[in-house]
Amino acid sequence: MEPIIQMKGIEKHFGSVIALAGVTVDFYPGECHCLLGDNGAGKSTFIKTMSGVHKPTHGEIMFEGKPMQFDDPRDSIAAGIATVYQDLAMIPLMSVSRNFFMGNEPIKKIAGLRFFDHEHANEVTMREMRNMGINLRGPDQAVGTLSGGERQTVAIARAVHFGAKVLILDEPTSALGVRQTANVLATVDKVRKQGISVVFITHNVRHAMAVGDRFTVLNRGKTYGTAMKGEISPEELQDMMAGGQELATLEGSLGGTV
Amino acid sequence: MTDTSSTDERVKEMSGLRRAMIRPELGGMVGVVAVFTFFLLFAFDSGMFNMQGVMNWTTVSAQFMIIAVGACLLMIAGEFDLSVGSMIGFAGMMIAIFGVVLGWPMWIAILITFAICIAFGALNGYIVVKTGLPSFIVTLATLFILRGFTIFIPQTVESKTIIGGIREAAEGDWLAPLFGGKVGGPIFQWLGDNGWISTFTRGNLEGQPVIDGIPMLIIWAIALVIFGHIVLTRTRFGNWIFAAGGDAQAARYAGVPVDAVKIKMFMFTAFCATVFAVCQVMEFGSAGADRGLLKEFEAIIAVVIGGALLTGGYGSVIGAALGALIFGVVQQGLFFANVESSLFRVFLGVILLLAVILNTYIRRLITGER
Ligand SMILES: Nc1ncnc2c1ncn2[C@@H]1O[C@H](COP(=O)(O)OP(=O)(O)OP(=O)(O)O)[C@@H](O)[C@H]1O
Ligand SMILES: [Mg+2]
Repeated sequence: MEPIIQMKGIEKHFGSVIALAGVTVDFYPGECHCLLGDNGAGKSTFIKTMSGVHKPTHGEIMFEGKPMQFDDPRDSIAAGIATVYQDLAMIPLMSVSRNFFMGNEPIKKIAGLRFFDHEHANEVTMREMRNMGINLRGPDQAVGTLSGGERQTVAIARAVHFGAKVLILDEPTSALGVRQTANVLATVDKVRKQGISVVFITHNVRHAMAVGDRFTVLNRGKTYGTAMKGEISPEELQDMMAGGQELATLEGSLGGTV
Repeated sequence: MTDTSSTDERVKEMSGLRRAMIRPELGGMVGVVAVFTFFLLFAFDSGMFNMQGVMNWTTVSAQFMIIAVGACLLMIAGEFDLSVGSMIGFAGMMIAIFGVVLGWPMWIAILITFAICIAFGALNGYIVVKTGLPSFIVTLATLFILRGFTIFIPQTVESKTIIGGIREAAEGDWLAPLFGGKVGGPIFQWLGDNGWISTFTRGNLEGQPVIDGIPMLIIWAIALVIFGHIVLTRTRFGNWIFAAGGDAQAARYAGVPVDAVKIKMFMFTAFCATVFAVCQVMEFGSAGADRGLLKEFEAIIAVVIGGALLTGGYGSVIGAALGALIFGVVQQGLFFANVESSLFRVFLGVILLLAVILNTYIRRLITGER
């Protein structure tokens, strides 16, 4: 199978800070690829080079076998890559449906002029949110009035709706309740089966094991290791995520609850 | 909501009042009602509400509206333009230089002036988005630069700061009437002939109605308000304006071309200022170096009265138009009521303060007290 995105030796420097020091990962269609690693390992920076937010300092990105130049998130969205950012990218003062379609507004033509199709936008927003297990008061409710988890759900629903080929989720379940988390994991499973490539960042080993086909651990801006599902046990994965340090001592003192 | 079965039972239905409260236009509507009530009660006999009086404050309000529409969209996009007043003076002076001093046809003078001013707007926008500096500072610089040129150029070429003769130069021009003309003359004549509106009873205008048409200025104001309102609420670009001002970073992540949106809004503000200036020089027949002084603040105040947040991302063109109407009615109303005109400034300060406090409260309502 051909990878849909190949990241080759990606480096990203912010002034003197080296956030990524050469990361090479391939992403395949129909697979859920979990990116794991400690805080500050470079996961968010890495996916931002895929979604066009950051330009890599060095390295090459191949999309569907061709070198790609994403100068702007607009380009990646147009290519079918949708992203849920860790900081969500929602605008509190705007309604849920305006947020949902921000940058991808549906158009209705009246007398040859192009207008925002609010009816369609409202309908889709309500439906998609209901599918994720959230009942909104209305599509015109401002995002600022939603709870943290509800906001996260809007961001996920939006990405799922627009992610035609690749869906990038940066810690999408960090604020979610049990039921909504299960919903998100089920959604990941569903879109993966539709042949979409899912990039899933999480700190939760159980969530990763539940949906991941492949696991890549980043550590201090480098690839620490990659494993396929079935090749690795949750314990091994957990140790890798902590940068190889044995969690055993800590775990012992906490009674195995970590 | 149509599907009540799926509503969350924990969500209280919003009361109608609360729902009305979170419309940006609310403050403007209340203000308009209050202002009209006041003047109808206390200045009804002053001539403010006869045909000429109405035309008088409508014209003044329309002037405010023209610049308020631009300032409104720009503020919602998260930026300010303090150079609007200087731009008005500058644009008027350019018309005079090209059309009178250089003697070019008026339509060429008008088009070139528009091009120069919109280019200055684009430059404002470009500097703001590229440097990331607050637009407050960048356009403050433009305020001084443009005003300086507006005084320097006529002094150098004509040794004076007021250049007249614009109306004569515009005689017979095809484009100038679009700004300085009047429409509906025959209708008013007909109304006058039938005695429905008053006519002059002596002098060389005898028999002509006291109002001989609606100035193009008013048509421009109405057209710009409708255009601005539709763009903001009914188009994709309007969504981008809200997004750019609400959170530029989040908007960029979602694929909104934030920089382009902001630059276009600076250009539109410059366009509105130029429309104002051209209408003004056509009416006065002259351009003066001190024209447009403080207009930027009046535009911003009208927009804030209209419910827009100074921090961007929220507001309404209709609200801004109502703010401009309040402005025009109060300014002229005090004049009709023979009140010392300096009190107008006191009124402005007070109403600005009230509007900002109300807006902050409304913002908390929308974002759920967060
Ligand atoms: N815009 C930036 N400017 C400077 N340094 C940055 C920038 N963005 C990220 N960094 C740095 O790069 C490193 C990697 O950050 P990144 O956000 O990618 O980590 P992460 O793996 O997503 O962590 P977390 O699990 O906490 O989300 C950090 O040390 C961070 O301080
Ligand atoms: Mg991160």
